Formats: sequence, C-alpha cells, structure tokens
Amino acid sequence: MSEPMLKAVNLQCERGDRILFQGLDVSIVPGTITRVEGPNGAGKTTLLRILAGLNDSYTGDLFWCGEPRAWQREVFHRNLLYIGHRPGIKPLLTPLENLRALSAVRRPLSDGALCQALDGTGLQGYYHVQCRNLSAGQQRRVALARLLVSDEPLWILDEAFTALDYHGVAGLEQLLVEHAASGGAVVITTHHDLDLPGMARLKLGVGEPMNDA
Amino acid sequence: MTPKVPAMPLAVVRVSAWRAMALVVRRDLRASLRQRQDLLNPLLFFFMVVTLFPLGVSPEVSFLQQAGSGILWVAALLSTLLSLDHLFRHDFDDGTLEQMVLQPQPLFLLVLAKSVAHWLLTGLPLVMLAPVLGVMLHLDGNSIAILCLTLLIGTPVLSLIGAIGAALTLGLRAGGVLLSLLIIPLYIPVLIFGTGTVAAAANGAPVGGYLALMMAFLVLAITLAPFASAAALRISLSNS
Repeated sequence: MSEPMLKAVNLQCERGDRILFQGLDVSIVPGTITRVEGPNGAGKTTLLRILAGLNDSYTGDLFWCGEPRAWQREVFHRNLLYIGHRPGIKPLLTPLENLRALSAVRRPLSDGALCQALDGTGLQGYYHVQCRNLSAGQQRRVALARLLVSDEPLWILDEAFTALDYHGVAGLEQLLVEHAASGGAVVITTHHDLDLPGMARLKLGVGEPMNDA
Repeated sequence: MTPKVPAMPLAVVRVSAWRAMALVVRRDLRASLRQRQDLLNPLLFFFMVVTLFPLGVSPEVSFLQQAGSGILWVAALLSTLLSLDHLFRHDFDDGTLEQMVLQPQPLFLLVLAKSVAHWLLTGLPLVMLAPVLGVMLHLDGNSIAILCLTLLIGTPVLSLIGAIGAALTLGLRAGGVLLSLLIIPLYIPVLIFGTGTVAAAANGAPVGGYLALMMAFLVLAITLAPFASAAALRISLSNS
C-alpha cells in the first residue's frame, strides 16, 4: 500500500457534553474512496471538517504526506478540494461566475474549460442564469462541476449526493471511481446507498456521554 | 483490497495572493451590485440621521455649523456599523467563507480584500454623499473639504476594525447587539480625531498633525486588523 496522503492519529472530539469520537485513527491512502458512516449526530460532518482543516476543536495529530499538517497549510489546502453542506455557491452569481471564483484561486483556467465542466454536469444553457433561479439539484451540480476541473488529489465531500437526480448520482459515482483510479483519494459521507468497488468504510458510533460530573 | 495505484502528483500553488485578493474584491462587488437595496440602506440611513438633526434639535445656522462635522461623523460611523453584519454573513450562510478559509492563499490577505470591498461599497459612497450634507448643515467650503478628507481616511479604518467584530460575532444568533458593544469603543479614537481635525480647521489651526495621526490609525488598521479578523473567522467557523 502506498504512503497515506492524509493521516490522523488518536483524534478526539467533544461536542457539548458528549464525546463524538476518541482514539480515532484515519489514514487516507491514494487510490481509495473512504466512506464515513454513522447515524445522524455521530460526528461525520465534524470529522470531515477536522480533516479539511475547518474545525480546530479537537485533540490528536494530523499529518499530510508524513509531515505535521500545521506546518504546510498552504500546500495542504492547495491539494484539497472540500465541498460541504453549504457548497459555496453565491445565489446572486451565475454558475460560470461561481465556478470561476472558486477555481481561479487554485489555478488559472480558461472560460472554455469552465463551460466544458458545466456542460459535464448537465448545466448547458445555464451559464448566465443567476444561481438563485436554479433548483437545489442544479446548484449542487454547479459545486460538483469543480470536481471536473480539479487537479487536487484529495477530495472531501460532505453529503455530495444530496438533491442529485438519478443520472447525477451515477455520474458522480463514476467520477469518484475515476479519481481514485488515477491516484487520488476521496473521503465522503452520504445517506445515499453507495457501494463502489474497493470502498473503505469508516464507522462512527453514537458518542458516549462523558462520565465526569 | 486496495488497488495499488501510483499517487496523483501534488498540485502546486500557482495563483498569487494579489490575484486572489483581486478575485475576492471583484466577486463581492459583482454580487453586491446585483442586490442594490443592501447598498442603499446605509446611505439612506446616513442621509436620514443627518436630516433629523436640524429638525429635531435646531435649524439655527450657528448650531449646525458648530455641530455639523460631529453629526456627519457620528452618522457615518453608525451607518457603517449597520452594514457590518452583512460583511461575512452571506458568505457564511452560503459556504463561501469555508471555501475562502480553504484557499491556499493567506487568509488575512483575503480578509483584507473583503474589507476593501466593504469600504468601496459603503465607506466610499458615504464620503461622496458627505459634501452634499455638509452644505445642508451650512458648513463652509474649507470645513467640508477637511471633513471629506477625514472621512476618506477614517471610513476604511471603520471597515477594517468592524471586520474583526463581524468575524467574532458570526456564529452567534444575537450577534448584532454584541457587535455594536464590541466595536463602538474601538471606533471612538477615530471619531475623536476625525471631528477634532475639522474643529481645528474651523478655528484656523494647522491640521497636519491630526491628519498624520489619522493616517497612522489607517496604517495600523491595515496591518493589524486583518490578522485579528482572520483569527476570529477561524474560531467562528470552527464552532459552526
């Protein structure tokens, strides 16, 4: 097995008076898809946000390519594509403007390439419509168009399948498999029934209440 | 179980911080110009507060000349405060802020860009409206010129310091009240020197020293406030 891209050692996170998880080791290896599973409130989103570097309220160590992640924030964030519950799509901007704003800070791309990515998610003809006039599924597709122009090896996707129709789900599944096959890694949560070849599962239980008074 | 595949090559940081800042400013301006009522709100508030003074206190020329610069400064300060809640709120709600934190460029520079956009959308229009209201309050030409100059230097400070408060109160439900309580004390020095400059000019005293001090505030705010705002944003996002 190749060297893990992202590694978490002995993670512990509390929320309120509950331990969400403790002693958790996560190792994200190139070429894999990892699905984080667990009931509502198990801390799936929290774990993903910790892995992405959005949540600092945890104890434990995180390593990127073998080195502590805190030392290499820029490189880490350059190599991470995170799409959360709130995907960062501005309702007042058009899909093209949104995609450009989100991807141009990572690498320069021509409008042609961006339009092609939007086409790839089935948004032909919606380039110049403000996103507030699009449906939830279409807005989600704008966010997912980022995957098509991504050169980041690590994808962290929180509830990526939400609001997608049948074809959207199939297309996204294929995209994830292709990304893993080309040496990238995917971490995903979903309530959708996902079963991809070679998918690793990471189960989170419901945290136990802390026993101190 | 795991298929053995060579790891994907790592991506390199290729977009400069300046370019990323320009993109943030452009996106903010574009989005705001499509929602004009948000832009008009602080301006209308500024205009109405200033108009209420002659009606509510006294329309005497002598009173207005004396109090005019203070009225304009306080009104500008309050209308900036009014607009602060929007500074990060929309970005927080739609997830843009998370994406901004995850950009490879330093967060404090992106926050600085957001403050610049905020100033261009609220501070600058206030400065441009101020001469008209100055005439309405019977200020003389010299006072109006100095007043606009102090507002030009002072309003960016208000935006920059305000960003700290806006970032700190982001995750809170009743953030508005706390924001005012946090930020108004920090606005007081700017207010004192802003109005002090105009008063000095009206008395014929040299204003160079006052203006230098205000410029010092501005330099201090540009260099330090974005660090505080960036740290506050990380905390707010961490707890959301």
